Amino acid sequence: MREVVATAENPVMLYSIGKDSSVMLRLAEKAFAPAPPPFPFLHVDTTWKFQAMYAFRARMAEEHGIKLLVHVNEDGLARGINPFDSGSAVHTDVMKTEGLKQALDKYGFDAAFGGARRDEEKSRAKERIFSFRTAQHRWDPKNQRPELWRLYNARHRRGESLRVFPLSNWTELDVWLYIHREEIPIVPLYFADERPVVLRDGTWIMVDDERMEQRLEPGEVPEMKRVRFRTLGCYPLSGAIESDADTLPKIIQEMLLSTTSERQGRMIDHDEAASMEKKKVEGYF
Amino acid sequence: MSTDLIERDIDAYLEAHEHKSLLRFITCGSVDDGKSTLIGRLLYESQMLFEDQMAALEADSKKVGTQGEELDFALLLDGLAAEREQGITIDVAYRFFSTDTRKYIVADTPGHEQYTRNMVTGASTADCAVILLDARKGVLTQTRRHSYLVWLLGLRHVAVAVNKMDLVDYSEERFHEIARQYGAFAEQLGLEEFTLIPLSGLRGDNIIDRSDAMPWYDGPTLMEYLEAVEVDQERMQDAPFRLPVQWVNRPNLDFRGFTGTIAAGQIAPGERVVALPSGIETTVERVVTFDGDLELGVAGQAVTLTLEDEIDISRGDMIAAADSPAPVSQQFEATIVWMAEEPLLRGRTYLMRVGTNEVPATVAPIKYKLDVDTLAEQAATQLDLNAIGVVHIELGRPVAFDPYVENRDTGGFILVDRITNHTVGAGLLKRALPRSENVRLQELVVDRDARAGLKTQRPLVVWLTGRPGAGKSSIANALESRLFAAGRHTVLLDGANLRRGLSKDLSFSDADRAENNRRAGEVAHLMTDAGLIVIAAFVSPFSADRETARSLFDEGEFIEVFVDLPAELAAERDTTGLYAKAGTPGVLNLTGVDSTYEDPEEPDVHLDMTKLDVEAAADRVAALLSERGLLS
Repeated sequence: MREVVATAENPVMLYSIGKDSSVMLRLAEKAFAPAPPPFPFLHVDTTWKFQAMYAFRARMAEEHGIKLLVHVNEDGLARGINPFDSGSAVHTDVMKTEGLKQALDKYGFDAAFGGARRDEEKSRAKERIFSFRTAQHRWDPKNQRPELWRLYNARHRRGESLRVFPLSNWTELDVWLYIHREEIPIVPLYFADERPVVLRDGTWIMVDDERMEQRLEPGEVPEMKRVRFRTLGCYPLSGAIESDADTLPKIIQEMLLSTTSERQGRMIDHDEAASMEKKKVEGYF
Repeated sequence: MSTDLIERDIDAYLEAHEHKSLLRFITCGSVDDGKSTLIGRLLYESQMLFEDQMAALEADSKKVGTQGEELDFALLLDGLAAEREQGITIDVAYRFFSTDTRKYIVADTPGHEQYTRNMVTGASTADCAVILLDARKGVLTQTRRHSYLVWLLGLRHVAVAVNKMDLVDYSEERFHEIARQYGAFAEQLGLEEFTLIPLSGLRGDNIIDRSDAMPWYDGPTLMEYLEAVEVDQERMQDAPFRLPVQWVNRPNLDFRGFTGTIAAGQIAPGERVVALPSGIETTVERVVTFDGDLELGVAGQAVTLTLEDEIDISRGDMIAAADSPAPVSQQFEATIVWMAEEPLLRGRTYLMRVGTNEVPATVAPIKYKLDVDTLAEQAATQLDLNAIGVVHIELGRPVAFDPYVENRDTGGFILVDRITNHTVGAGLLKRALPRSENVRLQELVVDRDARAGLKTQRPLVVWLTGRPGAGKSSIANALESRLFAAGRHTVLLDGANLRRGLSKDLSFSDADRAENNRRAGEVAHLMTDAGLIVIAAFVSPFSADRETARSLFDEGEFIEVFVDLPAELAAERDTTGLYAKAGTPGVLNLTGVDSTYEDPEEPDVHLDMTKLDVEAAADRVAALLSERGLLS
């Protein structure tokens, strides 16, 4: 983070409200203390996040005194893109990927921190910590710079940019342990609680606001279940798991004993094997 | 994973996990050595695979696997779609697993022509190397290459995995034969600590558990070896204090601190330090972190130091122990591993990142290139992709450093191409060169490429030829304005101006015209040597003379522009007033009127001045230059 601040003109930290973002915020505070993080935070909002996430976002911005920018792809909104009718792929592409590019262009950010990790998915195992993007925000897997020792080459021409992943070498367990050790606040949805859900395509989807209520399908009756979320995104696309884990140690315990990996909760990955890589090439993280 | 403990007492498990050490290792070998299979096996055996990953593995094994009905562990590691199709891995991939005592990060590098570059990258952050070889083939050239690179990068622990023992009937004799071969090579190299392990990645022999098939082997299994390797972390804490300053921390007028990660040693308030390269001493006041001030900061920690005296320190400087400062130099002997398609050329200037410094670096003599396979030293004038050489290098300003063998963080560097911004080389500082060795350096260093490199441009000549009054000078001026505005370093050579000075002694006879043309070409050549983009506007009526000028330059460096306006029209427009005077004494032999002009047959640009105005003509030329990538 310090390397980026020292070498980029206009860096930004992407803030998704999830647990990785909470860790990144804490690391940013540590990296520059006693100075505050010398860059703004950017949330690319799809307008479909959980209510609890919006509340948490407001709380963090206030408590940490950070400059928080929120960007919504208004064009996508006007086109009526939503997770129900458009499908997860189109919704994610338009509201997240396009939205992100719009925001980066709008503010002229030339370096953006993201919380992606190499252990998340196979194609990410080869991602650089400093990932170079063309002026069109494209990632070219064959044209990335070798990274040696702790030396990072952040040079780029006007219009080109960098995505920087400080958590590259962390595992999911590392993230949870760090949250535990540092007592970092995270969105309550990660902890098990009674929540209204419906079973849709084999996944528990939370009835988070009236938009979901209106979209209930015949036979779908919200019921209260003790559930939690392993990963947070747009609520209609985030599957809950039944769980009693209401403390961090219990969450970690459950994670270690579980037999499905984290990304499975994210519906965008199910499409095809190499979908993550395709998304990266197009500019998604 | 210790599932029992996790179930029984998660808090105890978390406590234990927090104190696990981290070992980073690199695996070296080609696909044929069964490397991916071996790592896949490690992940599988250490139960780091989730159910959905297992399901994907089973499905992929059936679809594209090479192991028939059995699991193809190699498929766990191939991440990118393109390389999956080609059946190769492209770069360094990092994998994670943990045991009860350690966390591991594996750097996996593929074995193909990019091997050296990728392996050096992977090894630069590793503590330990696992070199694979095929028991049937023994110590091959590539085994030697891997071992050399591991040694070069300063890895202290090496495991030689003698794989595919199942294919040599688990032969003890074969294993000892390989051990003898390897031992001899290691001695030649100076590699001190290495352990040979007979195993089979495919069958799982001696990976985690001891193999029943090789009762004669009493050394560690691969996992036992990895669990026991000493991690170098604490070693750096005993070295003299070094803090490369990453960032000057000034949240307000009352606080001024210097932030960075401690590269070596320890630091406490009250200790004397020296700022380098300035050499000014002061005392540490506080060691500040987000979690409060530290009484002692150690290597690996990121801290902010405040100092008792207000001295000028900026990013790129180093704060070091006053009683044991790092040496400061501007000239070095260094080993370079070249990583770009375009070769490293002596005399070219790159940007060097060393510590937190970014400084221009010019390669002076390449002392020798190393044949990695035989360790023989060879004379060289350039380093090609994947070549390793020992060079002298001169920096734009002095920097503080440690030899790489003492400290990777203050002695390792990368070279960045100033035009493409790509990382083109990695290097290890060996030693500072004493002044006496530098004297010759300066003469050799600054050449054509170096000068052009400084200007970040390609020198070239745009040669405008055409009849008098065709518009050459005007177009030349318009073109130069465009290039100048784009930040290019240019010079304009105009026939009329040359005639007033350098060629004042020449007449307009054919012979003197040829001589004038020759002089113009030579001057243009000198100017390109200076790294400039030369715009030359000369009537240059004879094809042969234009070809003479062209022959002075490299292919593609001489751009011939035919400014084509027929003599009648030129005379009619007569912007120079020369045609009016034609035939009068003193303006003899006006080309096109009373002497010949030979039209260029294949000019790079043909400007039809009956249709184009000056601005449009200049645009055409500028467009061609960018099309050919001459302005990038």
